[in-house]
Amino acid sequence: MTTAASGALIGNGEAVALTAVPVFQFPDFRGRVIGGVAEGGHLKALFGWESGGPRTLTAVIGHGATGRIEVFSSPLPSEFEAITPDCPQAHMFEREIAEQFGTVPRGHPWLRPVRDPLGHGDFFSVSGEEVHEVAVGPVHAGVIEPGHFRFQCHGEQVLHLEIVLGYQHRGIEAGLRGGPHRSTLFQMETAAGDTCVGHATAYSRAVEGLAGVEVSATAHAVRAVALELERIANHVGDLGALAGDVGFLPTAAYCGRVRGDALNLTTLACGNRIGRGWVRPGGVAFGVEGPIGTGIVNGLRKLRDDLRSGGGLLWRDSTVLARFEGTGPVARSDGESLGLVGVAARASGVERDVRAEFPYEPYRTLALGTAVRESGDVHARAFVRWLEVEQSVAYAQELIAGLPSGPLRSSPGPLRADSLTVSLVEAWRGEVCHVAITGPDGRLAAYKLVDPSFHNWSGLALALRGQAISDFPLCNKSFNLSYCGHDL
Amino acid sequence: MIKIVRARLHQGHQTTTYPSQVPRLPERFRGKLELSPEKCPDGCAECVDACPTGAISGAGRADLKLDLGRCIFCTECVEACPVKAIAYTSEFRMSARTREALVVRDREAVLAEALDRKIRGLFGRSLKLRQVSAGGCNGCEVEVNALSNVVFDLGRFGIQFVASPRHADGLLITGPVTRNMKLALEKTYAAVPAPKLVIAAGACAIAGGPFIGMSSVHDGARSTVPVDLFIPGCPPHPLTLLDGLLRLLGRVEGRTGLSSHQDRGDPNQA
Repeated sequence: MTTAASGALIGNGEAVALTAVPVFQFPDFRGRVIGGVAEGGHLKALFGWESGGPRTLTAVIGHGATGRIEVFSSPLPSEFEAITPDCPQAHMFEREIAEQFGTVPRGHPWLRPVRDPLGHGDFFSVSGEEVHEVAVGPVHAGVIEPGHFRFQCHGEQVLHLEIVLGYQHRGIEAGLRGGPHRSTLFQMETAAGDTCVGHATAYSRAVEGLAGVEVSATAHAVRAVALELERIANHVGDLGALAGDVGFLPTAAYCGRVRGDALNLTTLACGNRIGRGWVRPGGVAFGVEGPIGTGIVNGLRKLRDDLRSGGGLLWRDSTVLARFEGTGPVARSDGESLGLVGVAARASGVERDVRAEFPYEPYRTLALGTAVRESGDVHARAFVRWLEVEQSVAYAQELIAGLPSGPLRSSPGPLRADSLTVSLVEAWRGEVCHVAITGPDGRLAAYKLVDPSFHNWSGLALALRGQAISDFPLCNKSFNLSYCGHDL
Repeated sequence: MIKIVRARLHQGHQTTTYPSQVPRLPERFRGKLELSPEKCPDGCAECVDACPTGAISGAGRADLKLDLGRCIFCTECVEACPVKAIAYTSEFRMSARTREALVVRDREAVLAEALDRKIRGLFGRSLKLRQVSAGGCNGCEVEVNALSNVVFDLGRFGIQFVASPRHADGLLITGPVTRNMKLALEKTYAAVPAPKLVIAAGACAIAGGPFIGMSSVHDGARSTVPVDLFIPGCPPHPLTLLDGLLRLLGRVEGRTGLSSHQDRGDPNQA
């Protein structure tokens, strides 16, 4: 294998001068991406950018075992040997680079645009006797975001699912150049609107890293309370939706309501059900002191009791278990090679969790266990959520009980020029990765957002292989991925 | 089975009192904004400069206005104002039939009027909607979904989200209408049989939200289809959505709640 030197090693949210990021020639760059992942690293981001000068290709590899994040670059060639055949984690990133820069990764197995559904070209097709195609979307039957799904089926059995997204593309990354702007924080909050706290925290930590500002212990704790409330609300909602999809109405009804209870606790603290305006660069806009904190602690206790009563039915009902178990399995080896993150990874036995691998405050001092299952099926993805809700409830309560007093917010000030930072946050779906790069004027020269869904949509496609097409809604809910988080 | 029954007893009755009673929302809830232009120091434009979506204009006493359609309820103006001339209230009711009615100048209420009698006769007791997310971030979508849970229980008013535009009486649109969703939105609108209604829910669908002016979006539903009801928020609270829908159908009127059309109305409302 390669003998190329490694990249710059930084901590989560730490800034580094661009001059300290090694620039390799492409063959060495390619070798280092493959080598870094082979050593057990995870490709967090791989992206092209340009800011007045020549086009640059930058890779970000997380080494969970050491908690270090490796960053290195290369000039972006107009044509290059694709990394994907030797490192499948790169497959979506290389498609994205080809789409954005017109470059050609030679030997990429499926070089289709990532965010141009109308210019997608031919779909992958399977031919043979009784093989047929089913096309769904972009407008779906439920109240959800748009995307197009193309199934190649033999009878009921799905041979292949191609997922075509991009309908939701709002151009957030391109709009960030020259920022931060007045609207930047609010675009981050709505990058994937159900992950408002996750993206706002990742963005705020990136700004704080580049500005070199210290955030108070109070603000760190409040942000974690906000993040865990977001996780609780979404996980509970997903458990209800999964119950609904197998026709188990008691849990569907109770979880729909209990999810609302978590959102109402978020409203109690910040005035908005999904946490808009709560997290700010430099800290938080609202605290959880006094009666607000007591209200959240008590509310969480009641929520947990209600969930155990109404949600716990899932794990005892044979009709539910018959639909959950063995449906939509993703093998651990596939989860690793695709670079799945979050709940989907942990349900396949891949212990990937920013809170444990790349912890920042308060996760560094107050650790949180990682919930893992091995079976990789719908049941595992549901049960990981169940375990995580219990953990998050206890964690948020503990944070509020030990809430340090201090300022909620400090002023970040100007960003360091010609620098780069990587900010990782474990949001409810999985890791959110923000890479911020500043130019000589201290403004953003490039900003890369990687929502967990960008990694995980391929996992859903894989989960459907060999499954009945009628199980698609159930498999889809078990991942519950973001369309706009992918399309940004 | 006995466990399911026990869980049912544990969960109890959860449906909101609205519209027969107006529920109290938490103190920090960021609902409709109120302006006190009389407090504005001459020439001050702190709020205008702070607003990320250009929702405020005319600051400095003369003609202070806030457009609830552009507003993303983010607190920037409230924090920037040196004299507390802009304040949040816990008022969740703020939908309107016209774009102009969303522009507030003081402490007046913003409450949508009902459809005319003939259309109400068609949809007043049974309204089926198809939802289209056209660049929505899943913030509005999850709150629209919440309308169907046991707390808000939209079905008790005869309002329902259906799977096909062919089964629908109208569209509820979220998102700023991205370039890539415009065609799908046009086709979905065309597929709804006339007469049809369009509801724009959330700041993005009304005016583009935090993405206003960006080249890959069309700044809201009006770019593509005519809109009959605007429901502000980022995202709108489910009660804001519910209130807007009920007012459109003439099921709720005035500030205190129930409609004078009760005689035509729903027995469940009593």
